[in-house]
Order: sequence, then C-alpha cells, then structure tokens
Amino acid sequence: MSNRPALCVILLLLAPGSRLLSQDTTAGKVVYQKWCAGCHGDNGAGDGQGARRMIPPPRDFTGAIYQVRSTPSGQLPTDADLLRSIDEGLPGTAMPGWKSRLSDRQRRDVLAYIRTFSTFFADTTQRPQPIAFGGAPAGGSGADALKVGRQFYDSIGCRKCHGDLGRGDGPSAPTLKDDAGHPIFAANLHENWRFNGGGTVEDIYHRLRTGLDGTPMPSFSDLLEQKFLTDEQLWRVAQYVRSLSPQEAPAVRDVVHAPLTKQLPHAPDDSAWTSVDVYWFPLVGQIIRKERWFAPAVSGLWVKAVHTADSIALRVAWDDRSESPDTAWLTYLGHVLGTLDSDDSTREQPALWPDQLAVQFPVSIPTGMERPYFLMGSPSAPVYQWRWSSSSRTTAVAGLARGIDRYDPLPAAGPGARAVYDHGQWRVVFTRALASPDTASQLPFRTGRAIPVAFFAWDGSNGEHGTRMAISTWYFLALDEPVPARVFISPVLAMVLTLGLGLLVVWRAQQKTSFRRQQ
Amino acid sequence: MKGRIFSVVGGMFLLTVCSKGDRGAVQAAPPATPPAVSSDVGAAVAAGGTITGKVKFTGTAPRNPAIDMSEEAACKAKYTTTPTEENVMAGPANALSNVFVYVSAGVPAGQTFPAPATPVVLDQSGCRYHPHVFGVMVGQNIEIRNSDPLLHNIKAIAKKNRPFNVSQPTAGMTKTVTFTAPEVMVNLECNVHGWMHAYAGVRPDPFYAVSGPDGSFSIKGLPPGTYTVEAWHEKFGTQTATVTIAGTESKTANFTFAAR
Repeated sequence: MSNRPALCVILLLLAPGSRLLSQDTTAGKVVYQKWCAGCHGDNGAGDGQGARRMIPPPRDFTGAIYQVRSTPSGQLPTDADLLRSIDEGLPGTAMPGWKSRLSDRQRRDVLAYIRTFSTFFADTTQRPQPIAFGGAPAGGSGADALKVGRQFYDSIGCRKCHGDLGRGDGPSAPTLKDDAGHPIFAANLHENWRFNGGGTVEDIYHRLRTGLDGTPMPSFSDLLEQKFLTDEQLWRVAQYVRSLSPQEAPAVRDVVHAPLTKQLPHAPDDSAWTSVDVYWFPLVGQIIRKERWFAPAVSGLWVKAVHTADSIALRVAWDDRSESPDTAWLTYLGHVLGTLDSDDSTREQPALWPDQLAVQFPVSIPTGMERPYFLMGSPSAPVYQWRWSSSSRTTAVAGLARGIDRYDPLPAAGPGARAVYDHGQWRVVFTRALASPDTASQLPFRTGRAIPVAFFAWDGSNGEHGTRMAISTWYFLALDEPVPARVFISPVLAMVLTLGLGLLVVWRAQQKTSFRRQQ
Repeated sequence: MKGRIFSVVGGMFLLTVCSKGDRGAVQAAPPATPPAVSSDVGAAVAAGGTITGKVKFTGTAPRNPAIDMSEEAACKAKYTTTPTEENVMAGPANALSNVFVYVSAGVPAGQTFPAPATPVVLDQSGCRYHPHVFGVMVGQNIEIRNSDPLLHNIKAIAKKNRPFNVSQPTAGMTKTVTFTAPEVMVNLECNVHGWMHAYAGVRPDPFYAVSGPDGSFSIKGLPPGTYTVEAWHEKFGTQTATVTIAGTESKTANFTFAAR
C-alpha cells in the first residue's frame, strides 16, 4: 500500500494519455514570441507593449494565478483549463481564441512554454486536482427555481459587487482591484456572452465553485462543506444568473424599424415601449484619433424607435455601472487613468465627468450609398448630432459635428429628452418633430427611407470624455410608412372579381348545355 | 482510435485514484517537516538569547482614514465612534505598533523548526481583521473566522505561496489554511470591504514578533550567532539591524521609522 503513490507516478508517466511528454517548449517559445509576447511580455510578466492599453490587463504568467480553472481556489489550473482559455479566448477581454489560428501542436507547445514562466508548475506538491462537478438540476428556468436562485444570490452576497439587478453596480463595485492593484469591474450579469469563463449555466456554476483567482471573485465551495447551502441551491444561483441574460447573445440587425403609432411615448419606462422591437448595437473604443481610448465601459446599446404622423421617439438603453458624476467612483477612475497609457505625455487627473450619449444622423438623407465620415463627420461634410449628458438629464442639444473635436450646437432647441437611471442602466428617450424648420442643418425625418444613424457613449466614471469614448459604425433607421388602404382592398377586389368571372363562366356553360338539350 | 480513447480514459482514472486522499484544504501540500509533537514553540527554543526592542517613528503620523460602514449596519453597530483604518497605529511617545520584526538572516540553513500545533486565529469582526498584522510559521494552521453576520471574502495575495480567495457569507464560518513557503508579507484582504487588510509574515522559524501598543517586541530562544533583524511596517517600509547573541543574554534592537 505504501508503494501506491510511486506506482501511480510511474503508471501516469507511462500512460499514453499523458500529453506532457509530447509538448515541446522550444517550439512553444517560437509561437509565444510571435503571437503572445506583444501583450504578455517576453518574460511572461504580462508587460508586453500592448499591456498598458487594456483593462483587464494581460495575464502575468509568472505567478501562475489563473481565473478560469476546474480546480479549487489556490490550486494551479489543469492543462485542459489552460488549453481552453487559449482555444476559446476570454470573452469580454482582449484575449482572442486561437483555435482557428494555431494548430493543435502549436497550442500545446505554447501551453508547455507558458508553464515554464512559473516555478509552481515544476513543484510536484502542487498538482492540480479538478473538482468533480455534478450536473445541473432540472427545472432551472422555472419560476420556483429562479426564486431559490435569487434568494441565495442575496444571501451569499452576490449583490455586494454585482448589484441588486446584476449589472455590476453593487456598493463594493467602485473599490474593486485585482491582485496587481489594477481596477477591475464586477461582471455585468446581463451580458453572459462577455463572461471570461463562458456563459452557460455550467460555466457559471464552475466559477462559483472555483472563484476567479487573482480577482475579487471568491470561491463558494466552502459553503457546501459548511452546509450554508446545498449543491442544488448553488446550481439555482447559477441558473438565476444565467436567466438575467438573453437566451442568445444579441445579433446585430442593421435597420431599426420604427413602427407608426398613435401616441408618442415620451417616458423611458412608458408601457408602450414593451411591444416595440429592440435592436442591439455593439460599441468599441475610439482608437482612430488621439486621444484614443482602449478601455470603453459601454459595450453595447439597445435601441427602440416609433413615430407618429408628425414626430419620432428614439429610446436608447445602455448598461453603465455608475451614475456619473459620482464621487464614489473617483478612486476607481484614478486607478483607470493610472493603469492605462495615455497618448498625452501628461497624465490626466481624475475629475467628475458626466455620462454622455450622442446619436448621429447625416444632415440630409443621402440619395446614394455615400455617407459622411462615421466618426463625427468632417469639416466639409458635417453630421447632425443629438447630445445628451447626465449632468442635464432632461435636455439634449442638437448640433453639427465637423470631425471628432468640433461640435457646434445649433441655436434652435434640441430634441426633447427624458432619462432614467435604474440599477446600472441608463434609458433615454429623444423626441423630435419629423419636419425640420432648418433643412440645411437639421435632418428632416421621412418615412420609407433608410436614414443612417450612429451612436457614441461616454462613461464619465471610467475616465471617458472628449475623444475617449465608445463608438459604433453607421446603421440605419427606417420609419415604417402607414400601410395604404389599397393594400387591404386590392386582394379583396381581386377575389371578388375572380369569383364573379368564375360564376359567369359556369353560368354561360350551363346556358349552352340547356340550349343543346332543348334542341 | 479506440485504443487511444481507452488510454486517455485510463490515464484520467489513474489521476483520480492517485489524487485521492489530499483534497479539501486550499494548500493541499503536506508540511515540509513532520508535525511537531510538542505544541509549545516557546518552550522548545526558550533556552537561547533574546532580542528585545521598541519601535518608534519620527515626524507626524498620517491620519488613518475613517471607514464609511453605512452599507454594513451590523459592523457599524460594533463601534461607538467612527472606525478608522489601521495603517499607522501610534502609541504614547510615538511608539509604533503592528510592526512585524523578524530574523531575516543568520539562522543556520538546514536547521528546521516544527510548526506549532496551535493555529493562529484571524478573526473578521466589525468589518476589520483581528489581528491586523501577525506572524505564522510555514505549515502552521491559520484559522480564519467570520464573526460578522454578513459576507466577507478572504483573498490572499502572495508570490511565493499559492494565493486563494474564499467566501464566508455569514457569522460562524471558519476556514483553515496554511502557507507552504516563507514570505514577508502575504497580504490578506476583503474585496467586499475595500478597507479590510491584514498582513501575515510567513517564516520558517519562530524568530519573529509583532510590536505591541507601546512599540515593544521580544524575540526569544535564539541560539548564539549574528543575526539580521528586519522590521516591516505597511506604510513606513523596512529597517534592519544586526545583533550578535553570545549566550542566553538579552540584546536590544530599537527601530525608528520616518513617518511618510
């Protein structure tokens, strides 16, 4: 019996399943230096050239601390864990998946090389032991299961960081830092397609069990051992968290259809909005013009639009964990500015910047495919923009942007604006008359035409102002035309006519038959 | 192909079999030395010399920031005045407490010391750590307790030891951890309450102490030799002194930090 460990080691080494023997750190180094060192650094310390352009920063391999594991908190990851992160990437971060770019062999070699950055992997007392996860209990999407999940979401303290509704806006969220002292945000649980370790119920449960080492997210495995909750109840938490995100990750549809309604819903939470189709648009950091911004906080917008015979209402909702300006986030903001390299030589001091949103249209509806430059137009081809700011919530400004750094408000009143901030989400409704008093600078909205539209968002508490923002490309807005009466009448007319003609033919045929019989 | 799958499955089976038995603890590695039979380190090393001293600082101590505990009524209720962080704990006559003083060099290599069987208790009470600074030996248990009826997470930030991050959502929960390598200091923190920090000096020997409210400390049981003594403070940095012990004498090593 005392020989068992030794025997096991020998058998393990002999087992053909042991991949370690076939990995080549020399070849791995070549792959690493070509594809990985730019961010992770030549020595694996997470200090490559691109490192100070991203939040969260690239992994520092020298500490062998990994977020996405199948092992208990504190243990090393398994090779399979590491390979998964290499293959799939880490959603919501700058780390892409490499499965389609590197061969099987290359990925295994680079994994072997990455392990050499830390002495922990060579330490035989540190062998990782994956947790034996069970399967998810059935009925996870039922109301009762979700209620249990919600109850434990509160009692195990998820809300402290992730917030009451899960948008990463909990009371502790502004104070969060990773092991290296970099600012880190609590995940927005409504965006499971951006979860580092994957967005399925199983992924979420695994992260609850293992924690995300190196981050503030702890392991909850001890709670099972100490009977604070049962395994099924922890699964319910995972199922509840999963239920906060849509069934499928949102896909971009290019054209926002604005149906015709009788009454314009001015308030963001007007019940009339619930029946209106919603469109999602991704935003990315503005990295084209200086001062560039690599770490935008707003990752996407949800857009709805309706119109009446004479007016339009556009509703834009976006998740933002801070209601800027908010002094509670000033320290966090300082960490963000301190972590990221700036284009300027002088580092900016944190200030109480507001949240902002810009909705952009061309000055007039283009006739062909030509549109102004999407990044706020140019001096010769300006764009028409509505700008809203959290510092003056119920007003918006209309103006002409002539490039990213020139915005000239128009003398006329801007569109109507109503805004709500609710548990980590802004919802703003813009309203305006379709017709424009000044067609030279203010776009007249017309039905049945594809009107280019683009969006820009700033999270003040993330250091965003001026050219530091999140941007979209051009999409389209289409005001549906009222369906003319002939659309309904024509088919009926056609049917009546066909029936009449048919009857006529039958009648004539019958007449002829009876005539012949009489002869 | 079939044989390949079989061998992979077989390998996994072996892994499972071989890994049985040392699950559970965050630090699963067995201590480098066999557990001590005697639980009293003091008695085992009492025969040698002693280094005593006082830690002071010059200048004006920075004010410890007040802690806003309004989010945590149960913690706030444990205080009669506004609680503050414990970054610089000044006593009478500029005495400095919470300084970790330890022998950083001079203990003969190869000499091993059994870890005490008594655990170090780290209590979370009133949304603060008690103690704020402590020493612990490699392999010695640290018992982490939650005395607050609310969520704390306990995150260890370490370089020579494996870090961990576990949660204790209610009062009465305990967790026992050990560290496997010497490290000054391992930082412990709670991310729910950003002001909560504790510092653990992990040593391979029992020659360490933490300065008390009057700034005094005492390291006992040193065999004859010349030692480097280092004093570590979380805000003021480190100071060193060299002390030679000839027999069972008591030597003095005072440290003075410049406030910054």
